[in-house]
Amino acid sequence: MKRHLPIIILIAALLAGLAAPLATGASAPGFFVEVLLGGLMAGVLYSLVALGFVLIFKASGVFNFAQGAMVLFAALSVARMAEVMPLWVAALLGVGIMVLLAIVVERVVLRPLVNQEGVVLLMATLGVSYFLDGFGQSVWGSDIYEINLGLSKAPVLILRNVFQGGILINKDDVAAAVVAVLLVVALALFFQKTATGRALRAVADDHQAAQSVGIPLNRIWVIVWSVAGVVAVVAGMMWGSKLGVQFSISQVALKALPVVILGGFTSIPGAIIGGLIIGVGEKMAEVFLGPVMVRTFDLAGGGIENWFAYVLALLFLLVRPEGLFGERIIDRV
Amino acid sequence: MSAQPQAQEMIAQGRRIGEVLLSVEEVSLSFGGVNALTDVSFEVREHEIRAIIGPNGAGKSSMLNVINGVYHPQKGTIRFLGQPRHDVDTHEAAAQGIARTFQNLALFKGMNVLDNIMTGRNLRMKAGLLAQAIRFGWAEREELEHRAVVERIIDFLEIQAYRKTPVGRLPYGLQKRVDLGRALAMEPRLLLLDEPMAGMNVEEKQDMCRFVLDVNDQFGTTIVLIEHDMGVVMDISDRVIVLDYGKKIGDGTPDEVRGTQAVIDAYLGVSH
Repeated sequence: MKRHLPIIILIAALLAGLAAPLATGASAPGFFVEVLLGGLMAGVLYSLVALGFVLIFKASGVFNFAQGAMVLFAALSVARMAEVMPLWVAALLGVGIMVLLAIVVERVVLRPLVNQEGVVLLMATLGVSYFLDGFGQSVWGSDIYEINLGLSKAPVLILRNVFQGGILINKDDVAAAVVAVLLVVALALFFQKTATGRALRAVADDHQAAQSVGIPLNRIWVIVWSVAGVVAVVAGMMWGSKLGVQFSISQVALKALPVVILGGFTSIPGAIIGGLIIGVGEKMAEVFLGPVMVRTFDLAGGGIENWFAYVLALLFLLVRPEGLFGERIIDRV
Repeated sequence: MSAQPQAQEMIAQGRRIGEVLLSVEEVSLSFGGVNALTDVSFEVREHEIRAIIGPNGAGKSSMLNVINGVYHPQKGTIRFLGQPRHDVDTHEAAAQGIARTFQNLALFKGMNVLDNIMTGRNLRMKAGLLAQAIRFGWAEREELEHRAVVERIIDFLEIQAYRKTPVGRLPYGLQKRVDLGRALAMEPRLLLLDEPMAGMNVEEKQDMCRFVLDVNDQFGTTIVLIEHDMGVVMDISDRVIVLDYGKKIGDGTPDEVRGTQAVIDAYLGVSH
């Protein structure tokens, strides 16, 4: 019970935070739901990037700083290739490119650094990250490119009977959410129900024992980086269609850091729920907390969205460093 | 020891000790300046139970890790099935038919008993990634076949009741059994047991002794084991290797080894 206390407090605080704008009559229910949905949509995208982090961390204990760069690189590849071929072909080729990248990273970075300290591997992935940012621009160019998923950008009004004035919602946001859910379900099935998934979980639990039953670490790393690459393609296409494919994607992906701290480094559900909490939390804070702070402290306002996630993560590090769903870190001395 | 009569019975059944399965020839291993093993040679014959004993730090675990491919010796040759191997990795050793258990449990904590033992079938699974992913036709059939093998092992180790229990929740003695089960699922030619009875109470030790002997007897698996409990070692092994400070100081049947002066000195200390 004591162990769950921080979670209970957090959830209570979140619920209170969510209910406050409604209870104080600061907004109409319809507007509130719109903000909530907007947050969830952004959260889905954070979740997708965070998922890449968690997959690689689980299977290899490597904190892959390059996940954001992988998303950018995947998005760039798909966007530029889609100019000369149908989008689905470009997406498939994009997956191929990411698998190739996984093979190269394993061969050139991971294999020579096997059994090194975590910090060494972190620095290595930092290197991969900057290399990919630059390499992507050299190959594909540095303008802003479009990915057109073929969905209308025009928002639709729904639930006009329930809320006054209805709720505005973007079709591509809904598509993104559906795709993310499908991806997560597919990954969960892959991990839980297939022999390869079992081997991946085995490697995540114990490298040495996994090798002793004949699971080759190198191949597992290639597989897991490939899966993270596929996730990057999906995330890249979603972000790209929303914001345009540009350098900032790589930075936005850093929002996935607080997400994994919140959700736990080793938990796939944690990445999803963490992403949603951060997405909703920062939108809510921006829209409802922002004006209050401006009035109270006479500030210029705005900008909460930028730091909210990190402050929340910082609080989490203080009370519950293993995150919501992560394995408890117990260092025996 | 109440395991004793049973043990002698097993050996008395006259298992046929076969050809040399593994031979270790003048293996030396050092870490930096520390010599873990110096010119160690011995052989293991098929269907044999071979024990490696010695005081703490004698190099027993290092020896096991060399056979297992975790460490690569600086000097010497290891032949498995007559073939010399060079810098074989652990998963390659596994593919050659060498399985092992661990002194400090190395089970997959996030999985249940069944999944843990199923990982032992990994090398024998042929279906491709894609076929597995969609559980298509023979990938599904293959999974079921392996499941049948694993069920037999679960029966053999008498852990039917814990199939779906996460391994972390099992008592220590049962975790050791799961560890053994995972190794058995590989259907190994050579089974390496790193202190299979360490930390067990008398009852658990007796159970484990019985399983080790049964594995050897029923499946004909060759076993190399490290053990501290001298009673156990003398009961169940066919031949014993004694290591001290990384050197071999004795090799022979339990009775022969027991009488060797060097062995007595290593265990009881010598007055200088």
